[in-house]
Order: sequence, then C-alpha cells, then structure tokens
Amino acid sequence: MASAVTIPPTARPKGRASFLSRVFSGDSMAQALALSCATLILVITALLVGELWVHSALAREKFGLRFLITSVWNPVTGEFGALPFIYGTVVTSVLALLLAVPFGVGAAIFLAELAPPKLSDAMTFLIELLAAVPSVIIGLIGILVLVPMLLIVVPPIKDAFGDHPPFFFSGPFYGPSLLAAGFVLAVMIAPFIISVSREVLLAVPRDMREAALALGATRWETTWQVVVPFARRGVLGSVFLALARALGETMAVTMVVGNTPKIATSLLSQGYSMASVIANEFSEAIGNLYPSALIEVGLALFGLTIVLNALARLLIVATSGQEAK
Amino acid sequence: MKLSFRRKAVNAVMLALTGVCTVLAVGMLFFILGYLFVEGGFSLNWNFFTKLPVPVGEVGGGMANAVIGSAKVLLLATCLGVPVGFLAGIYLAEYAGGAFANTIRFVTDLLNGVPSIVIGIFVYTVLVAKEGFSTYSGGVALGIMMIPIALRSTEEFLKTVPVPLREGAMALGATKSRTIATVVVPAAIRGLISGMMLNLARVSGETAPLLFTAFGNQFWSPGWKQPTATLPVMIFNYAIAPYPDWHRQAYAAGFVLLTFVLMINIAARSIVASGFAHKTR
Amino acid sequence: MSSTRANDAPKETGEAAKPAVPDPGLKLRSTNLNFFYSSFQALHGISLDVNTHRVTAFIGPSGCGKSTFLRTLNRMNETIKGSRVEGEILLDNENILGMEVSHLRRRVGMVFQRPNPFPKSIFDNIAYGPRINGMGRRGEMAERVERSLRRAALWDEVKDKLHKSAFDLSGGQQQRLCIARALAVDPEVLLLDEPCSALDPIATAKIEELLFHLKDNCTVVIVTHNMQQAARIADYTGFFLMGKLMEFDTAEVIFKNPKVKATEDYITGRFG
Ligand SMILES: Nc1ncnc2c1ncn2[C@@H]1O[C@H](COP(=O)(O)OP(=O)(O)O)[C@@H](O)[C@H]1O
Ligand SMILES: [Mg+2]
Repeated sequence: MASAVTIPPTARPKGRASFLSRVFSGDSMAQALALSCATLILVITALLVGELWVHSALAREKFGLRFLITSVWNPVTGEFGALPFIYGTVVTSVLALLLAVPFGVGAAIFLAELAPPKLSDAMTFLIELLAAVPSVIIGLIGILVLVPMLLIVVPPIKDAFGDHPPFFFSGPFYGPSLLAAGFVLAVMIAPFIISVSREVLLAVPRDMREAALALGATRWETTWQVVVPFARRGVLGSVFLALARALGETMAVTMVVGNTPKIATSLLSQGYSMASVIANEFSEAIGNLYPSALIEVGLALFGLTIVLNALARLLIVATSGQEAK
Repeated sequence: MKLSFRRKAVNAVMLALTGVCTVLAVGMLFFILGYLFVEGGFSLNWNFFTKLPVPVGEVGGGMANAVIGSAKVLLLATCLGVPVGFLAGIYLAEYAGGAFANTIRFVTDLLNGVPSIVIGIFVYTVLVAKEGFSTYSGGVALGIMMIPIALRSTEEFLKTVPVPLREGAMALGATKSRTIATVVVPAAIRGLISGMMLNLARVSGETAPLLFTAFGNQFWSPGWKQPTATLPVMIFNYAIAPYPDWHRQAYAAGFVLLTFVLMINIAARSIVASGFAHKTR
Repeated sequence: MSSTRANDAPKETGEAAKPAVPDPGLKLRSTNLNFFYSSFQALHGISLDVNTHRVTAFIGPSGCGKSTFLRTLNRMNETIKGSRVEGEILLDNENILGMEVSHLRRRVGMVFQRPNPFPKSIFDNIAYGPRINGMGRRGEMAERVERSLRRAALWDEVKDKLHKSAFDLSGGQQQRLCIARALAVDPEVLLLDEPCSALDPIATAKIEELLFHLKDNCTVVIVTHNMQQAARIADYTGFFLMGKLMEFDTAEVIFKNPKVKATEDYITGRFG
C-alpha cells in the first residue's frame, strides 16, 4: 500500500498567541535566563583576561620579554624582573612533584589494586578529606610545625655531608626555604594525585589484570607491567593537573618559602614564588609601574597554569578515549 | 611453575611499600587534624567568638569580627556563584548543544584553572581600585570561584536524570522549563545540594583572593562597603607574626575553619551516599 | 463510525478517499505522514483513522516504526534533535501541528514502555499532571487522585500508602501508576507504547483488563509486541513493516483473514 504521495510539510503556525503564551508560561524566559548565566561566564572570563592584559600593559611595554628573564626586583629603582619568582615557583613545584608523585602513585596503586574495596573506599574518603584541608591551614602547620622540625632535622644531615655538601644542600639554613615550600606543596597535591590516579587505575579493564595473573605474573608484576602502563597517560594527566595547582598555590608557599627574591641552587636557601610575591606586595604596591609589574607576574602565572591544564586534559581525554576502544 | 624467591620478594616489598604510602597519606591527615585539634582546642575559648582582636602586645581577645566577616563573604559568594553556575549548568545540560556548549565548558575549565590569587587581582582592578577594600568585593571574588564548580556539578547531576522521567512529565503537558523545575531538578536534588556544599567548603578556606578584596579589619565591619576581617586571612596574618599568643589564636582560628570545612565535606558526602534521588521525603 | 472506513483508509492514498466530514466516531486522522530522524526516514506515508472509544493496536517487528508513529501523535518526537515530520495529523479535525504542544499532550496522554514514575510520592505522581495544567482546586485533588487510581485499578493496593515513594511499588504497580498519572488529566486519547513488555504475566493481565474498561472514557492506541495481546484487546489493528503501514483493519480481519501477504506471513510466522 501507500507509496505515499508526499504532500508539502504542514506549516507550523507560530502565531503571536502561541509565542506570548510561551513567554508567559515562562518557558522562553527560563531558557533566556539560563542562557544569560552561561554567557556571563564567557563575559567574566573575557573580562578577567582583558583586565590582566590592560593593567599589565605598562610593565609589558617597558620591559618586554626581558621581564621574564631578568632577576632584579627593585621597586625603589623601578626595575622589575620576574625570574626569581618564576624560578622559585618552578623549583618548589618540581620538588613537590618529586616527593608527591612516587608516594601518590604508590598509594593509588594500593587503593585501586590491592586494598579490599571497603578499606579502599574508607581510605579514599580520608584522603579526599585531606584534599579539602584549606591551604592556609597547611601553611599554618608548615610554619609552626614543619619549619621548626626541619630546623632540628636538617643541620645534622647537612653536617653529614661534611665540608662539601652537594649544590642543592649547601649554604645556611634558616628554616623557611624552598625545601619547606616543596614539602608543604607535596602535602597539598598528593591527595589530588592519589584520587585522580586511583580512578584512572580503576578504569583499566578487569580482563587485562586477569590475563596477566593467569600467565603466572605476581600481583606486583601485573600491576606494574600491565595495569600502570595501560593507565600511564591518565596518571600523567593527574600529575599535570597537580602541577598546575602547585604553581597557582599561594598561601601555603608564602608562609614557608622565606619570601626573598633570589635565585639560589640550594634548596635550603630562601626563595619566592610568583603567587607569593603578588600576595605579599600587591596591596602595598604604589605608583603605576609596580602594580603593573605584579599584574604581569599574575598574567604569566595564569598563562602557565592554562597551558598545564590544557595538557593535562588532553592526556586524560586521550586515555579515556583509549579505554573506550 | 614455581616463583623464584626474588620475584616473590619484590612482590611482597613493593606491595608493602604501596601500603606504607597510603598509611602515610592518611597519617598526614590525622597528624594535621590531631595537631590542630589539640593546639586549637586548648586555645579556643568563648572569647574567640565574642571578642575583637587586641592590639599587638596585649594578650587575649578573639576573632568575632573575622567569624562574622567570613560568614558574610561566604553568604554573598554563595548567593552570586551558586545561582549563576546552577543556571548555566542547566543551560548546558538541558538546552545547549554543539559548539556553543563546548565553548562554555572549555571556558569554564579555564576559569576553574585560574589561580585564586589572579582572581584576587581581577576583582581588585574591577572593583577595589575604584571603591576601596570591601566585604562585597571579597564575596564577589569567592563567588566567581564558585561558578565553575557549581556549573560542572549541576551539569553532571542533571545528566544522571533518566530521559524517560523527562518524557513522562512532558507527555503530561509540562513545558520544558516546567519539566526541569518540577521533575529533573528534584530528581537530582541530593547531588546538587551536596555539590554546592562541597563548593562552599572549598572556597571557605580560600585566602589569596581575599587579601586585596576583603582585606582585613581589626574592628567590626558593618554593612558591605568596608573591609572586613575573615578567618583565613586572620590565620595567615597571625601565623606569620612573631608572637606566641598570636600563634595560639591562629591555631584556634584554624581549628574553627577546619572543623567547618570538614563537617560540610562529611555532610555533603553522606547526603549522596544515603541514596541518590530514589526516595522521597 | 464504521469499520469499513477504518478498513478502507489505508488502502487508498490521498485525500480523495476521505469523506469531507469526518465520521462522528473519528478521533485521530493521520494523512500521508512521513517522519525523519535527521536523514533516516522512519515513517513512510502513514494514513489511518483512529476511532473514538475504541482500542487501536499496532503490531510489527521491532524497529518498524511503531513507537515513532505513536510518538508523533502527541509530538513527543519533537524533542529529538534533527527530527522532522511531514503530513497531517488531525485531532477532532484540528491539525495537531498547529496546536500548543502542552495542550495537545494534555489531551493525548502517553504511557511508556518502562514504568517511569517520578521520584515523588504516589499522590504527587498522580497530582503532577493536574497541577501543572491548573486543573482541579485544592479540595478536589484528593478526589481526582482517587478517581484516577481507581480507573487504573490501583486504588485498593495503594490507598493506605499514598504518601510513600512511588519507587516502593512493584513494576506492575508502577506501570499502573503511570497509567493513572496519565488518566488524571482526563486525556481524550491514551497512547501506550508496549506498556507490558517489562512486566510479568500477572501484571500484564491486570493491565489488559483495565485497558478494556478504559475505552469507555477515552480512545486507546496501544503498541504491542505481543500479537495475542493485540488480538485480545484491540478493536482495530495496524501492521507496520519497515516504516510502512502494511495493513489496517478490524482486529478480526487482521488476525483471522488478513488481506496482505506480509501480514499473513508475520501472523502465521509467529503463531507457528
Ligand atoms: N532517536 C532516534 N534517532 C534515530 N533513529 C531512531 C531513533 N529512534 C528510533 N529510530 C529508528 O527508527 C526506526 C523505528 O524505530 P521505532 O519507532 O522505535 O521502532 P519500534 O517501536 O517499532 O520498534 C528504527 O530503525 C530505529 O532505529
Ligand atoms: Mg518501540
């Protein structure tokens, strides 16, 4: 039957009445409201980037790219180079990663692969609580507990190296230091690495493990040679996300890093970070150039975290795509 | 096939090491909690909630103004950030599609990744530079920080509401917005509430964006236009000061702040755990 | 209304076959209906009439477009992105594509394949439709809820737990709750899309029983996978195959004496 004679599509009358009643029934209004909130996010972000750009113009024009590679920071003479802060940020963040990654991935392996589910969930819950501890509280413990502890522990270790300690352990030690900042940051990012890595590991298909175990691999061999390689991009993604957080972290570092704009190879030396210099100096910066230079530091920090976040997401997306196959 | 001794040993040692890592991580939490609760608990007294800070050199006083200041700043932040993020999340989950939705998601992730101190600079240049330090600018700064998470958690939880539920409402003549308001959001309400609570917990410890917005104040801060003390900024200032009595107060403030943050976290998680959307009342 | 009209309608295509004035018993008329999911055409020129106070059933292998057709009758398919409809559907001689959609859906209710109660109490589930449609004053609501539940043969089972969660009910009870929920807005037509496919035989029998009584007050259109079910409850039956309506007639004719070869194959193939 019915090899239909196609008749033209019926025009859907969009009468005024129907439009008005839709508005009064709130349907279009609701959608418009939701849309405007979504758009507001675009506006805020654009405004944020615009404000940073405009208000750092003075410093950008005066110093150009030199700003990022010179190391004199002298508000009195109006000379501003951000290298010490970039250096401090990078060193403390990398140190934090060196401490937190092996430790965090180890814990993630335990939680995802070895611990019985109930124990794993309970532990993960506690670790997520650790992640919720505000950074200013980590900093409080850092300055009032960690630094005094380091003052007791570090000198004997230093003495053990004798007259020629390695470059990263030389010079006087006053307590607040790149080392202390690295420790504090490690405590902050470890829970993050643990919970993201654990999820990535849990997403590895069961049969991968079973295949390896069936071939006679030990538990550890299965984990290390099969599961972890399978999940490594996701784990790497979590590390990048953690790094982005460490770079932008302000309070805990400010409280223990010593706040001295110098570039020293020793971890025992005091240092400074990009976020810290803004926190300490911005509200007191007078004139035009000084605030502008600080805002440019903020702009650089913003750029750095954007790049890292983008990399992390690419890695995590790539991994989940690989799992889907 | 018998395992060599070496393989067995490596297995045992490495497994044990991963366990040690976990215990250390959890131990860290207990160390921080324990230390803070012991030090802070002893330092905390009724004055903390009722008295103003005293000048340098005097012993005693409290942080009543910072408790109120934090409450005001957080209230404003929630009132700004949650509705915006929630409605934008509804837009993404229910209305938008394609390139525009992806742009919003991308920009939201971008905003979420902005270091909090940079948010502080932004609010400073937009509001504070003209009007001076104020309670409301602190609220705006934290409110902006709440938007991305509010959006993401709204979108995530609305997506879990099954399509048949929406169709059920629409088949009864409910308009789309009506369906969202009366069926979709109520079905996801536990998740939404817990998401917003975690969001609040996260910003309530934020210090950096308040440094040059809410700033600080040794006295009461009536209204919204004056700078105000807040707990996180007080902890920062008191912890780096060289006076033992201030350290004692910093511990007390840390105790109060951490208790608040952890309580919200635990409550939020138990709301979700106690059954998601499948029971009424 | 006459069975010959329903009988003849699909056989002749085009307007010519339709009388200018619909039969008094005509409720819904679909003329040359085409439906597209983006580029995929799921319905090809469906023309048929649905008569008032009768049960019309659609059968056919899965994927043949039964649900799609049903969902165009209350424009539920509009919610799917990229979908498009051509042709005409008249409800009481008025084109449904021109109607306010929420008004249409109040008049043409729908029950889905899987029970989809709202995460609310039993009472609030039933009261949902009347409330959003501004029907019934406060005092009347309890009465309306009771009436709907009675019509769906659920009242006796739930009258003591109206304020408990709808999720506490069994699958069959949930489906009857969904029927009651649809009935609460006094629909003129009730569309049911395989309402028993997720249920056990006892629950199925209860629903068949209640459908039988429903047609006193409204027009029932049901999609079913199960031919015995169609044979038991339907007055008219349409057989769909690959997006086309192959045959439409009284249930008697379709099941005992189909005129189209494909229908016969399908029916005998199933009955063995
Ligand atoms: N949302 C959709 N998008 C694209 N194609 C669809 C969609 N729903 C159904 N289809 C297709 O339309 C055809 C008819 O489907 P449907 O009406 O659900 O069949 P039935 O209910 O008879 O089993 C099938 O080929 C199916 O794949
Ligand atoms: Mg179907």
